[in-house]
Amino acid sequence: MSGTGAEAITRLPAAELAQLLAAGELSSVEATRAHLDRIAQVDDVVNAFLHVSDHALDVAADVDARRAAGEQLGPLAGVPLAIKDVLVTSDMPTTAGSRILEGWLPPYDATVVQKIRAADLVPLGKTNMDEFAMGSTTENSAYGPTRNPWDLDRIPGGSGGGSAACLAAFEAPLALGSDTGGSIREPAHLTGTVGVKPTYGGVSRYGVIALASSLDQIGPCARTVLDAALLHDVIAGHDPHDSTSLGEAWPSFAELARSSADASALQGLRVGVVRELSGEGIDPGVRQRFTETLELLAAHGAEIVEVSMPHVEYAVAAYYLILPAEASSNLARYDSVRFGLRADVTGTVEDVMSATREAGFGDEVKRRVILGTYALSAGYYDAYYGKAQKVRTLIQRDFAAAFEQAEVLVSPTAPMTAYPLGTTTHDPLAQYLNDITTIPVNLAGIPGMSVPVGLSPEDGLPVGLHLMAPARQDARLYRAGAAVEALVREHRGAPLLDAVPDLAAAIQAWQEVAR
Amino acid sequence: MNDRLMDFDKAIEQFEPVLGFEVHVELSTRTKMFSSAPNVFGSEPNTNVTPVCLGLPGSLPVVNEQAVRYSISLGLALGCSIAESSRFARKNYFYPDLAKNYQISQYDEPIAFDGSVDVELEDGRIVPVAIERAHMEEDAGKLTHLGGATGRIQGAEYSLVDYNRAGVPLVEIVTRPIEGAGADAPALARAYVATIRDIVLALGISEARMDRGNLRCDANVSLRPRGQQRYGTRTETKNVNSLRSVERAVRYEIQRQAAILAEGGTITQETRHWHEDTGRTSPGRPKSDADDYRYFPEPDLLPVVPSAELIAELRAALPEAPAVRRRRLKEAWGFTDLEFRDVVNGGLLAEVQATVEAGASPQAARKWWTGEISRIANAREAEAGALVAPAQVAELQGLVDDGTLTDKLARQVLEGVIDGEGSPAEVVQRRGLAVVSDDGALLAAIDEALAAQPDVLEKIRDGKVQAAGAIIGAVMKAMKGQADAARVRELVLERAQG
Repeated sequence: MSGTGAEAITRLPAAELAQLLAAGELSSVEATRAHLDRIAQVDDVVNAFLHVSDHALDVAADVDARRAAGEQLGPLAGVPLAIKDVLVTSDMPTTAGSRILEGWLPPYDATVVQKIRAADLVPLGKTNMDEFAMGSTTENSAYGPTRNPWDLDRIPGGSGGGSAACLAAFEAPLALGSDTGGSIREPAHLTGTVGVKPTYGGVSRYGVIALASSLDQIGPCARTVLDAALLHDVIAGHDPHDSTSLGEAWPSFAELARSSADASALQGLRVGVVRELSGEGIDPGVRQRFTETLELLAAHGAEIVEVSMPHVEYAVAAYYLILPAEASSNLARYDSVRFGLRADVTGTVEDVMSATREAGFGDEVKRRVILGTYALSAGYYDAYYGKAQKVRTLIQRDFAAAFEQAEVLVSPTAPMTAYPLGTTTHDPLAQYLNDITTIPVNLAGIPGMSVPVGLSPEDGLPVGLHLMAPARQDARLYRAGAAVEALVREHRGAPLLDAVPDLAAAIQAWQEVAR
Repeated sequence: MNDRLMDFDKAIEQFEPVLGFEVHVELSTRTKMFSSAPNVFGSEPNTNVTPVCLGLPGSLPVVNEQAVRYSISLGLALGCSIAESSRFARKNYFYPDLAKNYQISQYDEPIAFDGSVDVELEDGRIVPVAIERAHMEEDAGKLTHLGGATGRIQGAEYSLVDYNRAGVPLVEIVTRPIEGAGADAPALARAYVATIRDIVLALGISEARMDRGNLRCDANVSLRPRGQQRYGTRTETKNVNSLRSVERAVRYEIQRQAAILAEGGTITQETRHWHEDTGRTSPGRPKSDADDYRYFPEPDLLPVVPSAELIAELRAALPEAPAVRRRRLKEAWGFTDLEFRDVVNGGLLAEVQATVEAGASPQAARKWWTGEISRIANAREAEAGALVAPAQVAELQGLVDDGTLTDKLARQVLEGVIDGEGSPAEVVQRRGLAVVSDDGALLAAIDEALAAQPDVLEKIRDGKVQAAGAIIGAVMKAMKGQADAARVRELVLERAQG
């Protein structure tokens, strides 16, 4: 790629990078170095990465050598990517954003990590997250918050703030995220990027540090729908190590994204607007962009219908019982006996366990472990966990009924745009309530996608459209998402991320203020 | 602290014992319940482990299909119904031998439920024992407490954890309360566990060695005054590692509880620890029905839904019931009632059968197991079956049958085998115990003896054949017993004729 500077390389979508790599116009080492340089330049402030790989260039050189030797490589071979620190990696420390795992080097790779290695992607490092994925701002990370590249004083969303911010900051073209209640989609909305939560079971959870096992799902984060599809194609599929993974033969999402990247794909598409998720409680700026998007869709032949899901009003309450219940059990293993932090106290094993958990867990983790322990306790189980599971069933039925009327459902991805750091630090309930739009999808196990549709007229910050499809119908998200993306780009005349402020300048200004 | 005990007969006069058992059976699958780690006993600590056994972050369980098949077979053999769909749950509690700090077990949806097994008492009476459920779960790791006097966690300076056993597949068999056993309660307890052991051995799903913990019994005992309907408070005695201990522990608890109740005291609901050496139980941790394990369905696993075809296939492949099998074997072996009861009551049926299958005659197999091996087992307070393998016993008998060993030498070889010196053939070689069958060596010894007693040959020629006995005795002594006396006699008589 003659005449392309390092900065230009970092602005390329993964699909274009992959093309240049395949054509021999760019080496993986050059691509990787460009991103490592960018990380070195901006990440002291953005703090998207908890760990940067010290051997990414070696991996890239190996891919280049094998390509030069004529080896047939996968479509994303040589493309760098970032990995959320919730996935265990045998060559990089894995902390899940917690002090209790500081410095822990896992002895194995998550299945998804094995897959991206087998597909010759180049891991750049591990991204910041709310501790054990508990949060929607990344302020609950034990290693400091991640900052939103659109405005460094604002949250990037969470729990996968690092995986979203690194895309908007052009530190990586692709990232892996995990979504338990919106941790991929909400940060995508707040950073103007694309995030997909696949159907539950569509991607292996083996090697994913568990938050809530029945809700957790790994998915792709990218700057375009096609890029997300390319990464989704790499990570999808059955894993014998995960009993909950599906045996589905998935179509190529990348092919679907390519063939649908045109407004004509919207012709006749029945789009259901979930009334309960799209009106009350949604900020005016977000609502305005949402409404305009619906108009745009209608103008291009989509059929917009309103659907009602009467039980979603109980979704947040049910979610915040099921999640803490499962988490309280999943997090019991952090006891200092086999790995991770061990508090320096003498006494019985219980004393050491207790002191370690006291020192190693942050407030939000403790809050949810206590909540979950309580919800599962004898005498309370039926009233809390049992009742929450019933709500879950009702919400699944609501979705089933809604999908009778529409092929895809839509809502704003989140009620607000990125708000200033510290806004909800002392009001966890306010933060929980912001998850209302994304949580029902996890409770039902269906796939969801956030695709950027513009900037809020109120504050100039990104807004995402939340697309939902029935279980196993992830393909519909890529068809509709690619079409929406094409339409928005045509409408705006440029990709949304072209509007992200010049980060180097912003950092300089920010540092001066900080000083 | 010594418990006060009431005389057993008196206790039974005043109180009716109610029993209940939880028997854990370790399944001999190739790999563990939820991981691909090998399921083998006796390896170096923490070598048979994967991220799953260690509860490492991100690891996930996968159900062992063989363990499910074994569990269904066991459920069927116990006369249980097999659940169309059963589920795993998490039993949450913190303990360092439990890698995840929860145990994956079945709770409200066991794979097998509502069964019954016929248990045969020593005198041949059959007592049906109702089975409430049989469910699958994973074993915990093994803790070794060091630096304390007792080897228990109290007072230890530190503890070592071995996760080789963590995740070994278990089936827990839970009985319904057993009433009406009266004075037979201890014997019934033993016979029940022996029956379970026979069943799992017949199914070939477990080594069923109590000394290795393959089969573990928790014995629940409560007493109620005769005529009272309501159950008394129960204790649960753990660490009962042999059939003999099961019987003794139940007897002890009946006597201990009776003494307390007779004085107007109350029984504390608790687990108790059986001490093989002192023959007593001691209090463990208090246990109440309010223990809160915060059970909830294991979200990492799908329900177990065996097909009707699989259940039918396993049902068709079931071995015969132990009672039926006993009748058949008794007939096939031609044992008298007394001979057969000795074998059954000694819990040695499987051993004798395996020894016969390995080539020994039924009578020889019986004699070894109920005789010398049981004697050594008693002396060492060990389980006979744990001392020596049936195949080795058959091999030993083979050496007797082919004249390599006399009975007396064979008993010495048995000791060597039990002491771990190797197979019978190896012990014979190592200890130099084989019968001297070299006529040259025997003749040399005979000539030496004749030289010392020159009048003997004369006597024999005069028809006093019994005089040969003196020479035979001298030769056997010179050969340290390693000669076939009959052959020596033949050679002496030949010399007299020559």
